[in-house]
Amino acid sequence: MAFHLYNGSSGTFLPVKEYCLMATVKFDQATRVYPGATRPSVDKLDIDIADGEFLVLVGPSGCGKSTSLRMLAGLEEVNGGKIWIGDRDVTNLSPKDRDVAMVFQNYALYPHMTVADNMGFALKIAGVNKSEIDTRVKEAAKILDLTPYLERKPKALSGGQRQRVAMGRAIVRSPQVFLMDEPLSNLDAKLRVQTRTQIASLQRRLGVTTVYVTHDQVEAMTMGDRIALLKDGILQQCATPREMYDRPANLFVAGFIGSPAMNLVSVPVTGDGQVKFGSHVLPVDRAALASAGKEVMVGVRPEDVEVTTNDDGMPLTVELVEELGADAYVHAVPKDSAMKMYGEEEGVSKPFVARVDGRRVPQKGETIYVYPNADHVHVFNAESGQRLG
Amino acid sequence: MGENLAVALDITAARPDPALLDLPWRLPLEEWPEEILAALPRGISRHVVRFVKLGGRVLAIKEIKPELAIREYHMLRNLGRLGLPCVEPFAVVQGRLARDGTPLDACLVTRHLQFSLPYRALYSQALRPDTAHRLIDALAVLLVRLHLAGFWWGDVSLSNTLFVRDAGAFAAYLVDAETGELRERLSDGQREHDLDIARVNIAGELFDLEAGELLDGEDPIETSERLVTRYQELWAELTEVEQFTLNERWRVDERIRRLNDIGFDVDELAMTTDIDGTTISIQPKVVDAGHHSRRLLRLTGLDVEEGQARRLLNDLDAYRVATDQVDTDEELAAHDWLTTIYEPITRAIPPNLRGKLEPAEFFHEILEHRWYMAEVAGHDFRIEDAAIDYVANVLPNKPDEKSVLGADTGAIPILATDTAPLPIVTRSRNR
Repeated sequence: MAFHLYNGSSGTFLPVKEYCLMATVKFDQATRVYPGATRPSVDKLDIDIADGEFLVLVGPSGCGKSTSLRMLAGLEEVNGGKIWIGDRDVTNLSPKDRDVAMVFQNYALYPHMTVADNMGFALKIAGVNKSEIDTRVKEAAKILDLTPYLERKPKALSGGQRQRVAMGRAIVRSPQVFLMDEPLSNLDAKLRVQTRTQIASLQRRLGVTTVYVTHDQVEAMTMGDRIALLKDGILQQCATPREMYDRPANLFVAGFIGSPAMNLVSVPVTGDGQVKFGSHVLPVDRAALASAGKEVMVGVRPEDVEVTTNDDGMPLTVELVEELGADAYVHAVPKDSAMKMYGEEEGVSKPFVARVDGRRVPQKGETIYVYPNADHVHVFNAESGQRLG
Repeated sequence: MGENLAVALDITAARPDPALLDLPWRLPLEEWPEEILAALPRGISRHVVRFVKLGGRVLAIKEIKPELAIREYHMLRNLGRLGLPCVEPFAVVQGRLARDGTPLDACLVTRHLQFSLPYRALYSQALRPDTAHRLIDALAVLLVRLHLAGFWWGDVSLSNTLFVRDAGAFAAYLVDAETGELRERLSDGQREHDLDIARVNIAGELFDLEAGELLDGEDPIETSERLVTRYQELWAELTEVEQFTLNERWRVDERIRRLNDIGFDVDELAMTTDIDGTTISIQPKVVDAGHHSRRLLRLTGLDVEEGQARRLLNDLDAYRVATDQVDTDEELAAHDWLTTIYEPITRAIPPNLRGKLEPAEFFHEILEHRWYMAEVAGHDFRIEDAAIDYVANVLPNKPDEKSVLGADTGAIPILATDTAPLPIVTRSRNR
């Protein structure tokens, strides 16, 4: 059970459930247009975030994810639509009246102050009394496994512990919503993975609604309860990591989520309404194909590729085998040069990637035949990019 | 150090200095040998920062991710182009490999700002009671100027600022632009956010000094709130709409004079009347800091801080009266003052004491000193005599401030010396 930190009138900071305000967040057609811009940076964004949920805003640079977060924080003007926290319309409130905490990546630690003071001094500024500061700091330290270090100086802490002290500074404020904008971007790779896990598990223990921005889809997939993927200021899909992976709503989502990326191949729809992947006929619902043109885009994740050597499917020439031990990734190019492969960026061709058993890998230069596993075929309208069926 | 040349380094700089190649880029910055450092590192900080001496100047080197280094380098250049006070970027060094072939982060290299002081250095000297206030006032001016230009700092703090003496007060320079963004214009929420961060950071920095017993009875919270108050007063004066009736037209000139007094020129002032024309509204649209320093630069070619410029201009005015040149062309009189007063006085600083104060600050000190001498003696002194007395009795006891180095948050300031190896010199409180 997620518990809540309640800053009650009795000055307590205890996990209580019954008095907790519902910190839902709602983007309601929220729009941001920068002066002089030809299109909105965030265009009619609609997202409902549940109380206690960890929502990740993800997308390539310039997609509007940071702008969306800042609109929620009160740092960017909202030119259209509304933003709600609980049942309060916060659209025009100043940042400090919103009861949100922007968890800052650049927290300084002060060398002469104890860990406890480093965590609690901002409450002192806010006029919180000493005994309550003490209670809140101890509570946060318990959650962060920092209790034995409270009276030490930051110099005595490891890198990871210092990161946690910084998080403690935000936790003791007990805001309704935590906002995090690429908090891990300036950490090295190892510390990033470590801190990622810590933030995610911490958020679940605290149960505080959190909105988190990243450009990294792996970070999004591993941390979020749900992911909202944006492109050019427009929400592409908002769903659980599983659903994003299994049922991407469009070509962009299909290409963005997953690593290595989904193979996306343009294939013809035959006169009798069949989708053919090389010589292999794919089981695609005819009703779904009704709206499609003469071609559709078929997507298959590397782990869902069936590889054979007996002329069933699309012929490819193996270019490279990436050995990973138990598995191997085969990078191959179509034998038919007219066949179109699409990567993340439209128009940029890239090899077809298939995951195979590491003990039975094809040789470089060999011809293989591939087709998607019948349970995991993704078909998209070639023009609109929308998922079919 | 020839082996360094084997690394395919990628150096971005406006004017690349080949001497940069002599630095040991294959070593993580943390492991650079003491003999090339201008000061020994202390304290903890977010990034590794080191100061090195290179061809007679001191450079600050910060190890960060390449994309952040490049971004900050260009940001500092842009701020410099906008005429905003910040440290000068020197280069970005990328493509570093350790001896074992592992890639190392990039380095952002900035020039050390001569005669600048980290706030910790100032606090470790015996502070005049109002020094803390003067630091905060300088930071408020800096923040207002940055905000007017559309710069959203994101990490306002005393640690990310350097202070330069300015006629008894201070001028503040931005040191760390890592989190900053340059916008067309800032929203109120963005400005508030910066102020909120500033307030918390400043209070935290002062609490830390208190914990280190470097604070003399000053209230950290009160001081941090002063920044917000000073900022808001200044912002209002520079941007607010003022309304008055048609027969109070003198208030247009009055507003401009007030802005000049606080060091700003008005480049554009919007003036509107209501329908029946009885009420006038004015609002400054474009203001530009440096009212006095620009005027002094035009008259004398001296490029000094705003407060120093005001002081020098006052002395220039007094000189014109005393030498009966009030009706002479201002530029001719200024040239006369420069060659007969300012230059001889500032040349009177003995070479071995030139690391104590910048010439313009020295001149300001002489003017102050002359006033004190006159008060004690009950009669006036010539400025030349005041200079002789000051150089003999006051200047030698001043700390060297040409190269006071302090790293990021938590670093304890240390003094660069001219010879290697370099000892650590921490300031004693009772100096």
